[in-house]
Amino acid sequence: MKRLLSGNEAFALGAWEAGVQYASAYPGTPSTEILENFARYPGIKAEWASNEKVALDNAIGASFGGARTIAVMKHVGVNVAADSLMSVSYTGVKGGLVLISADDPGAFSSQNEQDNRQYARFGKFPCFDPADSEEARQFIGVALDVSEQFKTPVLMRSTTRLSHSKSAVEATVPGTREFQPLPPFEREAEITRVILPAIARMRHPVIEQRLSDVRRWAETTAFERGVNRVEWNDKALGIVTNGIAYQYAREVLPHASILKLGMSYPLPLQAIRDFAAQVETLIVLEELDPFIEDQLKAAGIAVAHGKDIFPLCGELTLAKVRQGAIRAGLIENHESRIMIHDSMIHDSPITIPPRPPALCPGCPHRAFFYALSRNKRKVVIPGDIGCYSMGVLPPFEAMDMLISMGAGIGMGHGFKQAGGQEGVVAVIGDSTFFHAGMPPLASAVYNKANIVVAVLDNRITAMTGQQHHPGTGTTLQGQEGHHIDIAAVVRAMGVTYVEEVDAWDVNAMNKALRAALKHEDGPAVLIVRGACVFTPHFHYQPRMQVDPQKCVACGSCFRVGCPAILKSEEIYPTNNKAKAIIDPLLCTGCTVCMQVCPTQAIAPIEER
Amino acid sequence: MIDHMNFLFVGVGGQGVLTASDIAAQVGLDLGLDAKKSEVHGFAQRGGVVESHIRWAPRVGSPTCEEGTVDILMSFEMLEAARWLTYLKPGGIVIVNRQKITPMSVSVGNAVYPDEAAILAALKQRASRVIVVDALPLAEQAGNPRTVNTIMLAALSTLLETAPAVWETAILRRVPGKYAEVNKAAFRLGQQAAQISTD
Repeated sequence: MKRLLSGNEAFALGAWEAGVQYASAYPGTPSTEILENFARYPGIKAEWASNEKVALDNAIGASFGGARTIAVMKHVGVNVAADSLMSVSYTGVKGGLVLISADDPGAFSSQNEQDNRQYARFGKFPCFDPADSEEARQFIGVALDVSEQFKTPVLMRSTTRLSHSKSAVEATVPGTREFQPLPPFEREAEITRVILPAIARMRHPVIEQRLSDVRRWAETTAFERGVNRVEWNDKALGIVTNGIAYQYAREVLPHASILKLGMSYPLPLQAIRDFAAQVETLIVLEELDPFIEDQLKAAGIAVAHGKDIFPLCGELTLAKVRQGAIRAGLIENHESRIMIHDSMIHDSPITIPPRPPALCPGCPHRAFFYALSRNKRKVVIPGDIGCYSMGVLPPFEAMDMLISMGAGIGMGHGFKQAGGQEGVVAVIGDSTFFHAGMPPLASAVYNKANIVVAVLDNRITAMTGQQHHPGTGTTLQGQEGHHIDIAAVVRAMGVTYVEEVDAWDVNAMNKALRAALKHEDGPAVLIVRGACVFTPHFHYQPRMQVDPQKCVACGSCFRVGCPAILKSEEIYPTNNKAKAIIDPLLCTGCTVCMQVCPTQAIAPIEER
Repeated sequence: MIDHMNFLFVGVGGQGVLTASDIAAQVGLDLGLDAKKSEVHGFAQRGGVVESHIRWAPRVGSPTCEEGTVDILMSFEMLEAARWLTYLKPGGIVIVNRQKITPMSVSVGNAVYPDEAAILAALKQRASRVIVVDALPLAEQAGNPRTVNTIMLAALSTLLETAPAVWETAILRRVPGKYAEVNKAAFRLGQQAAQISTD
């Protein structure tokens, strides 16, 4: 029976069907649902790791023990795991090890749009690129076979458009499976897994040979197993393409012959040469970097068009591929769709206001950012990655720098120690604290950097859709683990000033911020405690309403940036501004707006 | 017989757009066609814009629709219908929920929410037919405000050469048994609303 599965659901199914017994991941859009789905299958162990390097290290250990395993992360997570990734290529693996990297062309929910196919060439291991959910499911099993046959880690590269699109998968109902203990650990006769310098020097030629062996596999078996394939059609135009770009190629250039690569590294150069020899014009269609194109050119294969007509930046779309094809004269512009599109933008009779994301009604970050925005002229604010990144948006505009997971504390430290005169408030979340916040905090304590570190502890990894972490103590598979208390951790790390604040108490927040900024004995840590509205720990309270008799349209409540607070149609005559009203369907009763109202116009609705 | 359809469902995070689009894609499969759907998650949860593409065809390639090729634009919110209008093919159909959700840019005073009349005029300039459904009050009338997406799908079901029962069955497969009756009521209200819409 055919079922619609997202790419991420299909990866999970494929991994289970291929006998993966252990999986580890750190949540990150667009990869998160892979492990959430895998965790529901029987006879397996699936875990959230505290960061991506830990996830990969977990998988490496499982592989050395003989288990089939996957480590899952978003593209930038691979940067965190890269230290181990580059060297596990040298050691090789035992049980099949596949790292699923979900890239984000278009940077819909990421800090960059790096093309992780480059890691495969950098680290000298194979990279698979499925083009739909069925391939996502099937390629996992093939990749695990390749991993075991060639004793290599394998990169499985997804993208947002694959991970978050649903397409039909021939899905059988999964049976049951018992969790199997691993066979007794076999100590190696010849050392490869203790990668000392002498071993590394010995392993390097081995992995170069392995790469040529995999390349031969890509020329032969990869075609037999349907990973690489040629779709012959009109030979006037031949397209070499991979991943989701294949779908656009088929639709925009339906008459062309296509060499579809399910594996973008290593390339079957001989097969591509043969294909190129049989078509009049050869083009390469790929998203982001000219990864395939550059390899073909380096191999002396004539590429008529690639990144000269298709964009280097941003996600590909049908429209962008069509525009490129028109520009190169590959198709005629007899359909004027693109023109229609352009004219509509210019002629639109109405101005459409943007709808940026916002902190949810009741969000435990709101009072903190409100207080911070009141003090922001005196401080520099390095931020971090999570819902609280939205502190940079109006009305708060209270974030000055944001680079990567855990970077806020280190940047604040460096700014201060380099002679920065302003106070520093480095903002980080609870999950991010466990991910990459502890090492920079240790460094700040050790070097006595006088910065404030605000840990916004909302008891969940919120931005990616409420995943658990070491601070919550509940595991991915819903069991009780141990929970780690952030205040105890920072005290044990030698922080001499630790204060915990109620996330919804505006006055307490103001006082705590000001007091912490005066501390001069290394970092002061402020732990803002308040559960995310999407967790069961969040308490809904009586909803708020505005008394229009008391509202003077001062705009104070609009500055807490709550989606539940709207402009009323009623105008306050003195300043000719709109009064506020509160949407009762959205209000959670968090009281932050009530606390900032100077005329006591906001109060809880008497519950019916 | 339907063979190719492009739908674009748009709205605001939390309105049930993604569930509705899942159901619409499933209906395509139920009709014996290939179907794909695609959306971007992430920030959309936080009250941002949600867009979900659904495509039916004997064999679907791209999971997203190209601008200017959408047969039916279904918007769960007034402003979003205008935002995504360029995706509609000239002469396509718009189904729009009359609900208005104020974006933060408007509530902080940096932008103005356009008049309903101006939005409808813009929609009518491009669409052959604009169906306005007051889905939230109807959902409340049915017994649960969360049935807005059932109301919208019911309205959509009246426009296609498909038996409405195909849609109703696909919806009921997705909802827990205890909500079956309220969704059936919502489905009937949505069908009626589409039939009496004069806009």
